[in-house]
Amino acid sequence: MNTIIFRTIAPLIVATMLVFSIYVCLRGHNEPGGGFIGGLIGASAIAVLGMATSATHARKALYFDPLSFAGFGVLLAGLTGLISIFNDNPFMTSIWLYLELGESTVPLSTPLVFDIGVYLVVFGTISSIALGLESDEGEEP
Amino acid sequence: MVPNLDASIALVAIAPFVAAALAPLVHRFTAPFSGWLLALIPAAIFAYLVSLAPQIMAEGAISARIGWVPVMGLDLSFFVDGLSLTFAATISGIGALIILYSGAYLRGHEHLGRFMAFLLAFMGAMLGLVLADNMLALFLFWELTAVTSFLLIGFDAVRQSARRGAIQALVITNIGGMALLAGVILVQQITGQWELSALRELEDGLRGHGLYGLVLACFLLAAFTKSAQFPLHFWLPNAMEAPTPVSAFLHSATMVQAGVYLLARITPWMGGTMAWTTLLVGFGAVTLLWGALAAFKQTDLKQMLAQSTIASLGLLVLLIGLGSETAIAGVVVYFVAHALYKAGLFMVVGAIDHEAGTRDITLLGGLADRMPVTFIAAGLGALAMIGLPPTIAFFAKEEMYLGLLTPDWQDIAVLVVLVAGNALLAAIGALVAIKPFLGPEVATPKAAHEAPLAMLVGPILLGALGIVAALMLSDFAHSVLEPAASAILNETVKSHLTWAIDLMSPVVWISVLTWGLAYWAYRQADMLRVLMRRFASGLGFTADDVFDAVMFGLIRFAGALTRLLHHGRLEIYLGTAFAMLALALMLPLFALGGIDALLPTAELGNWAGRLSWPPLAIHEWGVFGLALIGLVAIVVSRKRLYSILALGIQGTAVALIFLIFGAPDLAFTQFMVEILSVVILALVMTRLNLEDEDPRPFEDWARDGLLAIVCGLGVALLLMVVITGDLDTRLSDFFTATSVPIAHGHNIVNVILVDYRGFDTLGEISVLMAAGIAIMALLTGRRRKTATPVGPVVSATAPVEAIEPVPARRTRRRKAAP
Repeated sequence: MNTIIFRTIAPLIVATMLVFSIYVCLRGHNEPGGGFIGGLIGASAIAVLGMATSATHARKALYFDPLSFAGFGVLLAGLTGLISIFNDNPFMTSIWLYLELGESTVPLSTPLVFDIGVYLVVFGTISSIALGLESDEGEEP
Repeated sequence: MVPNLDASIALVAIAPFVAAALAPLVHRFTAPFSGWLLALIPAAIFAYLVSLAPQIMAEGAISARIGWVPVMGLDLSFFVDGLSLTFAATISGIGALIILYSGAYLRGHEHLGRFMAFLLAFMGAMLGLVLADNMLALFLFWELTAVTSFLLIGFDAVRQSARRGAIQALVITNIGGMALLAGVILVQQITGQWELSALRELEDGLRGHGLYGLVLACFLLAAFTKSAQFPLHFWLPNAMEAPTPVSAFLHSATMVQAGVYLLARITPWMGGTMAWTTLLVGFGAVTLLWGALAAFKQTDLKQMLAQSTIASLGLLVLLIGLGSETAIAGVVVYFVAHALYKAGLFMVVGAIDHEAGTRDITLLGGLADRMPVTFIAAGLGALAMIGLPPTIAFFAKEEMYLGLLTPDWQDIAVLVVLVAGNALLAAIGALVAIKPFLGPEVATPKAAHEAPLAMLVGPILLGALGIVAALMLSDFAHSVLEPAASAILNETVKSHLTWAIDLMSPVVWISVLTWGLAYWAYRQADMLRVLMRRFASGLGFTADDVFDAVMFGLIRFAGALTRLLHHGRLEIYLGTAFAMLALALMLPLFALGGIDALLPTAELGNWAGRLSWPPLAIHEWGVFGLALIGLVAIVVSRKRLYSILALGIQGTAVALIFLIFGAPDLAFTQFMVEILSVVILALVMTRLNLEDEDPRPFEDWARDGLLAIVCGLGVALLLMVVITGDLDTRLSDFFTATSVPIAHGHNIVNVILVDYRGFDTLGEISVLMAAGIAIMALLTGRRRKTATPVGPVVSATAPVEAIEPVPARRTRRRKAAP
């Protein structure tokens, strides 16, 4: 695992994977993809980073505890469902908003935010487990 | 008239919760005055409720509703009639004074903000309970009062007795809560109604129904646990571990009255039967006498009041059981009078404890000079508790005697119980409120002095109210008694309360007899105490001991069951899981005839000759081959790491099959899952310090192999059976047709996940997060244990705490942590 080649190219791979994971997450509503897959790709990126450097380093790079990503994801997903209540609709009725930016239209919706919540949960949980397993015996997880 | 009645009535129950959330913040910035400030919220609610009174007197009831689950016909409905208004006004009014009092009582306590939050949240729950029309909402608020009460009793969580009292109250009242839920659902199933207001319009209620007995048992269990009826009364004295404002509020005036409220509420459609009267009068009478006598056993003022509260609750249950018009009028007047004087007396006891440093009646005396205002407050409370005119409690007593003046022996028996109970209660009142203040001065642990203003407002005001209500008797009767009694009986009740005391009426003389008995009991308090203690020690056990024994047995049982099921042998867990899977797959196939669909029928003739290879393209054969290679490699390889990799190859082949047959999303996810599985399994393997190779004895190999073959065959056969049938495509047709027009997405899989079945996904991601937390807990837990030497695999007799998943065949040659 600790070859110089792997350690050198790992950051590049990780960065590419992270960007790709977000891309996959965002396009999910119309093309293959979505929060679940995106989250898995993102978590793999973090696992690779943890292997190439160290779990501690990967944790520092994440800034927040991986599990807090998961907690925030559940919160976000739950709260998006609540928005529709102010609209006099039952819980989790989707709301769409089309933003006109110059020539293109950006469709924003509560399912999209919900999907980002799913992404964060999958990303946070899996990377937390991977990093927890990768960290050395003496390290604090 | 308020613009939106629905919203404002709902707000009565919701505003305290909002206030509770803000209370710690408010307290932080306005520390010395936070009590005065936060008391404004209950005070405003009280004022609003009182402003509703004229409308309720005129119309009988106001309902309000906001949509909850409209599809299922569930509304968050509220209903304000005389009964709920009386309760709600009592709760908010006393609540305001209690919050004021707490600010002074716990002044400087580091968690005062939290305490205020709990108190306000409790008040919201209690207001919701008495205002709720929907029975599910009633249940919800009922349980919330139990939870907040748990938090308040265990507020001083460093003391073991406080934690014990809190858990005991929670367990006992939650048994009742479950019974209430069962009762509510039964009633809904029988009548199709969720709403209390609709139920009481039913002709003859539930009295004639076959399940009446069961429903009655559920509701009685709920009410008896909440209102501490004998023999489920023992949690209430232990709940006195709570700070005194809590005891004054929850465990005398409000929460324990929830059971009484429930009984009063269901009277129109449940009451009046033989079983109802017998059970309520019986349990109420026993509770009344038991509580009143047990109060004499105590020397702690607060415990004396607690026991007398049990007695008062018994009295109310008894009166509801009688169900006559005068008895119900007695319930209403007694409830109001009791709430006023008991909360006041608790506050007085708290003030004595706070200023003199003890509440043991034998260590107190002659405080009247040092705490004159407190003495006045105590005197007002005692006046009411003894039932002397001019307090409203006097009329409560008159009212309850009035209906029992018949030659019927049952009525006379009840009358005797009531007189005895009232006399004992009166004596307790005199003991609590007069004994510490009169007589020779006794040195107290703290130099006693007058309590602060915020602690005196409550008892003085409540005591004075008890007298004002009596002085304005006709107004009280018209605006409180009549609407509330009419609401309980669901028919118009006219009050006959009057100041014109007829000396020829036996009722007056029975009252005089009560006072005489009370005076005797007051003089003989010491003798009664000795008698009661001798009786208790003769009995040898208390209900408390029984509770402990049951709880201990429960824990022992849970421990034994856990050790049986959770033995710590991973291979047996996996073996059991797969054996069950095999059983679940094979049983329907062979026992229920599922396999018949696959058997060649006679019309097919020479079917073996018609078999042919499927027309697969070359790359499809390649994928097939890849899966086979992976499979063979897993079985053949002796090294664990190779097996894990081979499993990944096999999984990748499956993902490719998904891709070829047009499920890119599934394939995509499968790829990622396979990669991560290999990585995580490899990491787990290194972490567990397993041996590289996995040598298995032949019998293990045969057992595992057999399980694998049976499970695999089962899945394969099941899938083949599934494709022989007609596929019901209604759902997929619906999704295909609607995903773009109504959900604005072309990727149906994703649209289903985040929109159509978003609620499922929300549940799934919550489970995922919880699983992640659990795994992290296991990882950290394991790490902490590395300091201790690794012992043999946990045996079936290991203590519960030691059980954690221990992998099979972990080597003992584990290296020490660096």
